[in-house]
Amino acid sequence: MKQKKTILTDNSKLVMESLAQSGCDVFIGYPITPANLLYKYATQRFSVVQDAPDEITTLQWMSGYSATGHIPVTATSFPGFALMLESLNMAYMMELPMVAILVQRLGPSTGTATAGAQGDLALLNGMISGGHALPVFCLSNAVDCWEIPNKAAKIAAEFRTPVVILTSKEMMMSLNSFDMGKLKKLSPVERKFYESDEPFVPYKPQKNLVPEFLPLGNNKHRVRITSSTHDTKGILQHSTPEALGNTVRLNEKIVKNAKKYSFYELDEQESDTIIVSYDATAEAAREAVGMIREKGKKVSLLICKTMIPVLEEYIKILNKYKKIVIAEENLTGQFRKILFGTHGKEGVTGVNAIGRMISPDDIAKEVK
Amino acid sequence: MENKYLSTEVSIFCKGCGHQLIAVNTEKALNKLGLSPKDVILVTDIGCHGILDKLSSTHTFHGLHGRSAALAAGTSMGLENPKKKVIVFIGDGGSTIGLQHLVDAAVKNVNMTVIVHNNMLYGMTGGQTSGLTPEGFKTETNPAGKQYQNYDISSMLSNAGGSHVRRLVGMGDFSEELYQAFKVQGFSSVEVMEICTSYGVKFNTGKKVTDFIESAGMEIKLFPEKIRAPYKQNERDIMSSLFENIEAINVKYKNKLKKPLKIIVSGSAGEGAQLAAELFAEAAVGSGLKITKKGSYPVTVGVGFSTAELIISPKDILYTGIVTPDIFVITSNDGLNHAKAKLSKMKKGLLLIDATLNPVAVDPGVEVIQYKFRELATPRSAMFLALDILLKYVPSFPAEAFEEAIANSKIGAKFNMEVLKRAEVPKK
Ligand SMILES: Cc1ncc(C[n+]2csc(CCOP(=O)(O)OP(=O)(O)O)c2C)c(N)n1
Ligand code: SF4
Repeated sequence: MKQKKTILTDNSKLVMESLAQSGCDVFIGYPITPANLLYKYATQRFSVVQDAPDEITTLQWMSGYSATGHIPVTATSFPGFALMLESLNMAYMMELPMVAILVQRLGPSTGTATAGAQGDLALLNGMISGGHALPVFCLSNAVDCWEIPNKAAKIAAEFRTPVVILTSKEMMMSLNSFDMGKLKKLSPVERKFYESDEPFVPYKPQKNLVPEFLPLGNNKHRVRITSSTHDTKGILQHSTPEALGNTVRLNEKIVKNAKKYSFYELDEQESDTIIVSYDATAEAAREAVGMIREKGKKVSLLICKTMIPVLEEYIKILNKYKKIVIAEENLTGQFRKILFGTHGKEGVTGVNAIGRMISPDDIAKEVK
Repeated sequence: MENKYLSTEVSIFCKGCGHQLIAVNTEKALNKLGLSPKDVILVTDIGCHGILDKLSSTHTFHGLHGRSAALAAGTSMGLENPKKKVIVFIGDGGSTIGLQHLVDAAVKNVNMTVIVHNNMLYGMTGGQTSGLTPEGFKTETNPAGKQYQNYDISSMLSNAGGSHVRRLVGMGDFSEELYQAFKVQGFSSVEVMEICTSYGVKFNTGKKVTDFIESAGMEIKLFPEKIRAPYKQNERDIMSSLFENIEAINVKYKNKLKKPLKIIVSGSAGEGAQLAAELFAEAAVGSGLKITKKGSYPVTVGVGFSTAELIISPKDILYTGIVTPDIFVITSNDGLNHAKAKLSKMKKGLLLIDATLNPVAVDPGVEVIQYKFRELATPRSAMFLALDILLKYVPSFPAEAFEEAIANSKIGAKFNMEVLKRAEVPKK
């Protein structure tokens, strides 16, 4: 057994150390609470850190760095993320690997900078114009804060895509006692660049629907990168079948490869009832499950970490249950609606709150 | 052998469009520069000027409207290679929506050349008035002529510190001027004044580009050069791990806790409540406990309340929130005001509160201890005293552990430990 080494730390430190060990070498920052700790740690650990004058610049610089072969990272909250949206669509269309960490806080608008929330999933689900999926991963505890960023960076590189790590104030800013012995050794991203002597076709997909990558500015092959609708050569097209095919592929690339990034935690018992949660509320859900079971009742638990694309497994799992309780810290049940539509489904209920954390009691009461 | 960078034999623009002449001159200037096409990265904006990717044998990067200068800056910084030439093609429209990016690149002196295609209107979208449209210039959206002056983009970029900034009229052969700009290591820009034959000429018949340049008082010139080193990322000392200097906390003390204890401490910003709570947490870990600590303060950190929620527990803590605490510690009026809502929900447990404060509306089930924390320890150390008293009054882990954590902390040398040691513990 590993030796116990207990320290006091916030999870922001775990996230940034994990990304650094994964090979992410560039951080572009624009300050915003509750993402500031991430920015601070980046300045202590990343070889390149740029202070951008705004969040649009942030994403544009990241795209420049990404196109030239780096894996850039940023961290922000809704107000900054909103400014990044058009550029994130650009990076998605260009197929540029990068990691954006979205630390949720209480909205709407500038809201309360120092209050937690889980209010941005619906936005993420529709953020790519056209309805395409962009991978979104969520952190449910300290161990996730170590392991998921490593996976996210690898997925960004392997699938040539921006990825979002979704988290929230309480997850990033609270101080916890943590046993360092729980940290697995991480392996860095291994980047593979196009090697052939044949001319490089920047958007020609391989079997897995992902085009090979070659940095802009290399001496061997000309590289074209564009965010306008384009053919496999990266040449702007109005709506030729080839170009539209490419646009369709962007979504299929993410959805059809989802098996490679299906991250969730399932703790099942023989029961009619399942609790579903993610992000900071996941810990309350775990505790609620403990409380319910202590009283001799059976209940199952699903903690989702891959939020987008929505995994087929989730639906398969949930379809086995009569009662589904989905706990998330927002007003209207964003994940619930993503899973079961605006009109919901019989037996599906939500535990929701704003301006405060959802407690294990709140969840246990709903399960009854 | 002559390299071909842009094939310009056939124009892809409207007949007579000034953009074509820029393409032709760029090709010539790049030939003079003599780089391999693979050493050139052409970053194009959205607008008529930006549709020539397919004609280029260089690397091409085509992004969003107005963002090309930032995309190029990221590219240039990402390459950090003086042998590579990053060139931006942007319009007058893109120059205002992306003004920040242009100015920022000039301020930083990022190694890149920007060619502003100033045809004095938004061409691609049908000839609307732009920020660079000169006063009196008529467009579809301003048939009576623009009412106020234009942005002088070249002056702005020169003032921002761009190494080499020039404005010229886009007629004839200006490849030498472009070549001079391309040669610069650092930020250079060339604003090319031209006319949009489809929309500019139509509404301003009989007028020439130079008429507007003259009436707007725009100078055709090379602005005073400010040659300085191009932007370079600083070498910085970085850690090999964020955890490299963090020592594991040794468990030196024993605790008496059977179940989690939830404590909220509430004081004023600047009075050390967060540090006191953190050292308390450290001491708890040094006594074999698990902890979580959440800080809460107003958006402006230096004033008002400062609250910390602490859970100490003999087993793993999952949910880190506190609905109602077992113990409330309040050392200032700001702290009391912020605590009121949660305090009113408390039906049992303990309230430790400064003697100067009036704990109204506390449930009779809650044990209240008023104590002169501020007077005995000064306001700056009131929370330290309060937590020390708490440990002595409610045995959970030894007060010595807390005192040791304080002594070993950054405030240890100056801290008046005697106050804690001498303070009387309230009688049960
Ligand atoms: C954010 C955003 N707003 C508006 C547009 C629409 N748009 C496309 S091209 C263009 C104008 C281009 O004008 P200019 O930059 O002067 O270039 P020109 O077409 O004259 O060469 C605009 C406003 C856009 N693409 N993106
Ligand atoms: S619309 Fe104007 S700017 Fe655009 S190509 Fe035609 S002449 Fe040139």
